[in-house]
Amino acid sequence: MQSATAHAHETLGHDSHGDHAHHHDVSFIRKYVFSTDHKVIAKQFMLASLFFLFVGGLFALLIRWQLAFPGEAIPLIGNILPDTWVSDGAVTANFYTQLLTLHGTVMIFYVIIPLAVGMFGNFCIPLMIGTDDMALPRLNMYSFWLVPPAGLIMLTGFFFDSGAAAAGWTGYPPLGPSSGAGQTTWLISLFLIGFSSIMGATNYMATILNKRAKGLEMFQMPLTIWALFITAILIVLGTPVLAAAISMQLADQYLHTSFFMPDNLLIGAPDNSLLTGSFVQKGNELLEHKQLLGGGGQPILWQHLFWFYSHPAVYIMILPGMGIVSDVLATFARKPLYGYKAMIFAIMAIGFLGFIVWGHHMFQSGMNPLLGTTFMLSTIVIAVPSAIKIFNWLGTIWRGNIRFTSANMNALAFIATFIIGGLSGVFMASAPVDIYIHDTYFIVAHIHYVLFGGALFAIFSGIYYWFPKMYGKMLNESLGRKHFYWSFIFFNLTFYPMHLLGVGGHMRRIYNPYIYEFLQQYQPLNQFITVAAIILGFSQFILIFNILWSLKYGKKAPRNPWQANSLEWAAPAHPGHGNFDTDIQVYRGPYEFSHPDRETDFYPQWEKPKDEPQGDEKAVPETKEHSQSA
Amino acid sequence: MSSGLSLAHEPVTKVAHGKLAMWIFLASEIMFFTGFFGAFIVLRNSNLELFSHSAAELTKGYALLNTFILIGSSLTMALSVLNLEKGNIGKFKLFLGLTILCGFGFIIVKTIEYTTKFSHHIFPWTNVFFSFYFLMTGFHAIHVIAGMIPMTFMFIKAFTKKGYNHPVKVETLGLYWHFVDLVWIFLFPVLYLIFPAH
Repeated sequence: MQSATAHAHETLGHDSHGDHAHHHDVSFIRKYVFSTDHKVIAKQFMLASLFFLFVGGLFALLIRWQLAFPGEAIPLIGNILPDTWVSDGAVTANFYTQLLTLHGTVMIFYVIIPLAVGMFGNFCIPLMIGTDDMALPRLNMYSFWLVPPAGLIMLTGFFFDSGAAAAGWTGYPPLGPSSGAGQTTWLISLFLIGFSSIMGATNYMATILNKRAKGLEMFQMPLTIWALFITAILIVLGTPVLAAAISMQLADQYLHTSFFMPDNLLIGAPDNSLLTGSFVQKGNELLEHKQLLGGGGQPILWQHLFWFYSHPAVYIMILPGMGIVSDVLATFARKPLYGYKAMIFAIMAIGFLGFIVWGHHMFQSGMNPLLGTTFMLSTIVIAVPSAIKIFNWLGTIWRGNIRFTSANMNALAFIATFIIGGLSGVFMASAPVDIYIHDTYFIVAHIHYVLFGGALFAIFSGIYYWFPKMYGKMLNESLGRKHFYWSFIFFNLTFYPMHLLGVGGHMRRIYNPYIYEFLQQYQPLNQFITVAAIILGFSQFILIFNILWSLKYGKKAPRNPWQANSLEWAAPAHPGHGNFDTDIQVYRGPYEFSHPDRETDFYPQWEKPKDEPQGDEKAVPETKEHSQSA
Repeated sequence: MSSGLSLAHEPVTKVAHGKLAMWIFLASEIMFFTGFFGAFIVLRNSNLELFSHSAAELTKGYALLNTFILIGSSLTMALSVLNLEKGNIGKFKLFLGLTILCGFGFIIVKTIEYTTKFSHHIFPWTNVFFSFYFLMTGFHAIHVIAGMIPMTFMFIKAFTKKGYNHPVKVETLGLYWHFVDLVWIFLFPVLYLIFPAH
């Protein structure tokens, strides 16, 4: 421990010499691959997740193509894909369900969570609490290096004869445990990424509790850190329950246990003509065992265990975004965050309520209706802390001196789309309404308004905001704006019409909706959505191009490009291992913007109060009346 | 400029990083086993008859023996931490060695128990009670083994020339070990003892 710290201090001196200054200290592998530096790990999370973002996006576009033009060959790639995936260049029904399953799983577990929690958690926590690294840097490295193998294990499913997981991203039994090897890779992959999440979250909590800079109280931390702290608690308490459920589903698959498989299940009955091939063979085995059994399992039990994790997981995905947006809005409105403590307590309330609402996913599962009512009430209560946050954000920007940077525009987009997603959430929280819209495109619209419109726009905002500190270069603002406008417009054109599809009765996971006469009228709308989705997907290349272009030709970033207050901006423009080149002492909270006694409109957390002598050119002239003796 | 930085100061909570992280991780572990216990409660209530018949077939003797072994190992673990803190290296090694022995003892008894079950044609797929029995005790046994690996590592290091002198690390491992013990304290009554008397 001591030697590691000493080493960090030693290398710190080289920062100003740029990227390659301490090659002689650390080998290439240790510096860029198996690094324990939280900033490198954050960049690794970003790289891996952006890769998976494009994988998941490609899946989405294939799904969209099928819904718009069922049976028609996919342009460009349709005729080069293997026969197990396509017939005559069009996606097969079997492949469609695999795409649907993996689009959901990849986007949730390999894009949003690693970006929101893995990337920002790693990058922001040590910098924003003013310390040199995580509490346990090596654990941090392990937590990243579980992600690529876990993701690849899941994708290998596509190359099995039986295909990838196709039971939906929820993996409900009996379909889940009775499917083939693809489902196994899905389960193992989720187990690994869950373990990675727990290791990361444990580390975040220990770091925030133990390594805050001198003088930094818990209630002086930026909202991003608070949000990540509560998120980490959700991960630590929620993820292991999913791990237990996954173990039980794996046992159902391979040990022929019956945790989730009901007694005398019809799957595998030899005369069941609906089922064919190896499925029946495997099913027969199951049935033989079932006949020996006295008792069976309950499919709904899986749903309870799964949603006990996966509902908090929704907040795991959105809370970091809420934190990022709070910081970005306050900085670019040049105003203190409205209701700082109320915002923190609202996050805590959302985190707590998030654990007692999972049943609202199961109104249609045959759960006791009385139980459904309690879940309905607790779910609707979540609207209260969410509304507190919305109004406080509006209060923050109200009459502010707003700077429309790309980071801020994405943050504003977050508020707009999150309101729509939040309100459609209240529809579904109400059991009677949910019975009608359950399993329709209304749900798809809602989840994308919350996770794409909410979480992903917040993540974009965070990338634009912290990129200068990550790479020492400014992102190109004009490209950033273009990326924002294209994303925002085509995001709404893609997902808003899905509400209409859903209310019209368009099923959520259907391969070819037009076998139903009443859905045929929606084909033009589906085609419109698909065109918008393709443009939305290709708009993301603007971001990638911007990142690559700015890395090479971008303007060199100053230390504090946004004139923000929190501690990460006290670090050098492109901090090396060890982060800071000065000691950090914290004097105030992170949102002291437009302080009436100051000439500049920001008052950094690390700046000494002016009655104490300081050799800084920014120090305001000595005056007597500044003291806060009111 | 790099000298004199004190960013890596004493832990704010006064609890070492590793130890704090272990407490947080144990909270996570509690939820892992809670998943199983919760599922057990649900399926037990829908299969009461089956659960009590099947539970009667478990061998309480093995479980009782293992309970004593694990509680004993928690004591020796605590004593080894105490002795390392006091600097009694000899006793530290003795008690750490005893803890490892207890771990082996537990695994051996467990293996005998499993083998007896298999010879009576009782397998994880026999019925849902035995599914729980094998999965829960299996995961517990994996936890015991996972604890013994770093313990053995420390034990071997203690005999090298450099010795092993990290009381906080041993204490942190001890926290984990006591947790594993505690899980067993719950598993024992839930699986072996709770069933209506016939």
